[in-house]
Amino acid sequence: MRVAITGNDAAALAMKQINPDVVAAYPITPQTQIVQTFSQYVHNGEVDTVFVTVESEHSAMSAVVGAAASGARTMTATSANGLALMWEILYIAASLRLPIVMTVVNRALSAPINIHCDHSDSMGARDSGWIQIYSESAQETYDNLIQAVRIAEEARFPVMVCQDGFITSHSVEVLDVLEDKEVREFIGEYKPAYSILDVDNPITVGPLDLFDYYFEHKAQQIVDMPKAKDVVLKIGEEFGKKFGRKYGLFEAYMTDDAEVVVVVMNSAAGTTKAVIDELRSKGEKVGLLKPRLFRPFPAAEIAEILKGKKVAVLDRAMSFGAQAGPLSIEIQSALYLAGATASDTPVSSFIYGLGGRDITTDNIKHAIDVAKEGRHGHFEMLNVRE
Amino acid sequence: MLEIRWHGRGGQGAVTAAKVLAKAIVKAGKYVQAFPEYGPERRGAPVKAFDRIDDKPIVIHSQVYEPDVVVVIDPTLVTAVNVTEGLKNGGVVIVNWQDDVDKLKKLLGRDDIQLWTVDASRIAMDELGREITNMPMLAAVVKALEVVELDVVKEAAREFGIPKIEANLKAMDRAYEEVSKR
Repeated sequence: MRVAITGNDAAALAMKQINPDVVAAYPITPQTQIVQTFSQYVHNGEVDTVFVTVESEHSAMSAVVGAAASGARTMTATSANGLALMWEILYIAASLRLPIVMTVVNRALSAPINIHCDHSDSMGARDSGWIQIYSESAQETYDNLIQAVRIAEEARFPVMVCQDGFITSHSVEVLDVLEDKEVREFIGEYKPAYSILDVDNPITVGPLDLFDYYFEHKAQQIVDMPKAKDVVLKIGEEFGKKFGRKYGLFEAYMTDDAEVVVVVMNSAAGTTKAVIDELRSKGEKVGLLKPRLFRPFPAAEIAEILKGKKVAVLDRAMSFGAQAGPLSIEIQSALYLAGATASDTPVSSFIYGLGGRDITTDNIKHAIDVAKEGRHGHFEMLNVRE
Repeated sequence: MLEIRWHGRGGQGAVTAAKVLAKAIVKAGKYVQAFPEYGPERRGAPVKAFDRIDDKPIVIHSQVYEPDVVVVIDPTLVTAVNVTEGLKNGGVVIVNWQDDVDKLKKLLGRDDIQLWTVDASRIAMDELGREITNMPMLAAVVKALEVVELDVVKEAAREFGIPKIEANLKAMDRAYEEVSKR
């Protein structure tokens, strides 16, 4: 079935079809419409979920940690400063290896107060041990959330699925909706490996762990997280076979013969595709690489696509004081590890769209023009006043 | 691709009209985006909403700068904001207007445009008892653009949960009949 629906409602619909055992969420701003819509499904008896409204995002994440540790399939939703308030518990959820799925609407962090899109919130959480998946459209948000349940449970890491605040979250787009039955069959039954409620097989969750074993537990996270790439690939393939929309670690759009490749995530990747189509029709060899999986980062796989090309990386967040935005730093590191050099693969870095500032097709063309000149190390902010 | 910009005032339902149109366009098997220009939400302040319509999937996610069509659902906006800003040469302008058309043409100041007017305020007052003009203006848009059948739009309005639906559907029928090219 094909419907016109907002990105928020697409996420809520995926949650309804996933039918989690427990959803805990903070119901007020900076929360989005996702939780409002989902609460209506709960009220109408369309899901079996125990829905817990809590007094803060810190409590929301704490509640789903408790539910997940007891063996429940759990989800939550947040955005912007709400994600920031979850900070402490994000690490706990990831370190306890709990397969929580969270839908994140990417929006700016204060100050100044701003409710619009950028990636400061989820980029701030990139080191917390969560798998991060980014979505260009309402369709990708919906598809990614359904896959995230499987990814979380097989890789045994929590997963956040991100989409752009307002640009896709509040826009009506066309969505191909799966049948409830198709979603339920795809995600299957959740069979937790452990449960704190299983009194016959008692376990300890989150005890004190000092210099004697803490490092070994962290070492497991360090070793296991990159393996999640294989899970993401496998499930993306299976989703494609079943429903016709295949997902990988990233989307490479017209990169094969491209001389210049733009690297950008979420909705701006769509605008970049429109630019590439236009420039291609004039014979310009340009392409797009849109990372879907940011954590774990598919460094070698991305470097293979980009090596030998002129690269423009567009970041919608800044790591203040760093050489460039977080995506660009990641790309540059991946290329260096793959043996690329400034002369064979020059990388220009751009910051765009902070606090919802629009990125226009002309902004993207400008980034392509700069990259074409091979200005390695170039750093620039797009569409900002001097 | 067809890009439409709606001008209304907060609370008049311009955003809702853009969304109902989107629902109807999908029913007709085409692709669409509908989105508002988000600022502080203030009742009565000028607001904008947008639709993009195409036969193929729409990937662009930037704002609309050069619309093909402008819809003005509140006549006072003609003098309050620059409603033809960025409008493509030969573009379509559909205005809720009851005053002299020559005066409107003069205010718009563009002789390249295709102008349509309908007295949606009066239709809304007659049918709804309130000057909520979004649904009759949507019907006027449907007549002017011929992108989707009126019946499909009326069905979408009903499914959307538009209040006072029967009165609104009647208002839509009237606006569809009464809108005229100037």
